[in-house]
Amino acid sequence: MTETVRYIYRTRAYYRALGYPSDYVWARFDEVPFARLSQPLSQARIGLVTTASPPDLGNRDSAGKRQVWSGPVSPAPATLFTANVAWDKESTHTDDRASFLPIEALQERVAEGTVGGLAARFHGVPTEYSQRKTMEIDAPQVLERLRADGADVALLSPL
Amino acid sequence: MSLVARHLEANGIPTVIVGSALDIVEYCGVPRFLFTDFPLGNPCGPPWRRDLQRTIMGQALDLLGSAEGPRTTRRSDIAWPSDDDWRPRYGRVKPEEIERLRKLGEERRERQAELKKPG
Repeated sequence: MTETVRYIYRTRAYYRALGYPSDYVWARFDEVPFARLSQPLSQARIGLVTTASPPDLGNRDSAGKRQVWSGPVSPAPATLFTANVAWDKESTHTDDRASFLPIEALQERVAEGTVGGLAARFHGVPTEYSQRKTMEIDAPQVLERLRADGADVALLSPL
Repeated sequence: MSLVARHLEANGIPTVIVGSALDIVEYCGVPRFLFTDFPLGNPCGPPWRRDLQRTIMGQALDLLGSAEGPRTTRRSDIAWPSDDDWRPRYGRVKPEEIERLRKLGEERRERQAELKKPG
């Protein structure tokens, strides 16, 4: 089996080359929470979470900082803005939104009965240098929005 | 995104992450992770390949329904449908680019310092 890419190592080497004096400290936890499904998936409503931004970049506040945002799954957005997050821009592209936000593939699973339903909105979460902002501001907002949508489970697909 | 998954789980919402950065996600520690070994950018399947995207969603849902405990990683058996050798490419530092990167870093730090100035 081909060796998987070591992104932590690559990122460290890249930022050292940029001359940053200290390495980024990746989040790491000993304890991992785990919630069990309270009903069969065939009765559960699933919510989607992405790291992409809306095409008009309307997820920025007055200071230009990205915030949690939401969009409808129907009609599904044709494209989303992804140039501001890190992905392999030399090897692939994000012109096919379904390749990173799988609305259609899930709608098919709903139609065939594997999943109970798809939440009416998907949610966008900014990728942040500050883990504290993600944990204390963004993650609680995503939770609140998923609950408002009646989502029972969530699928997160970071770019 | 791993941090968001952890928060949702701690508050009773089961999650599955579908992603392509195995080391970063496992280093953090998440409940359920479907690893797709693709270039970063298309975690849910190669562009325009509805067939493969459908299969990957099926695998993600299986994992969501079947995982018995946290740190459950499953590796998708879908391979990137190209002979392109993408793995060495992302974030590489080429020797001939070292000087350019150093200058780029300097410019960034100057810009950031400027933004932090009061007033």
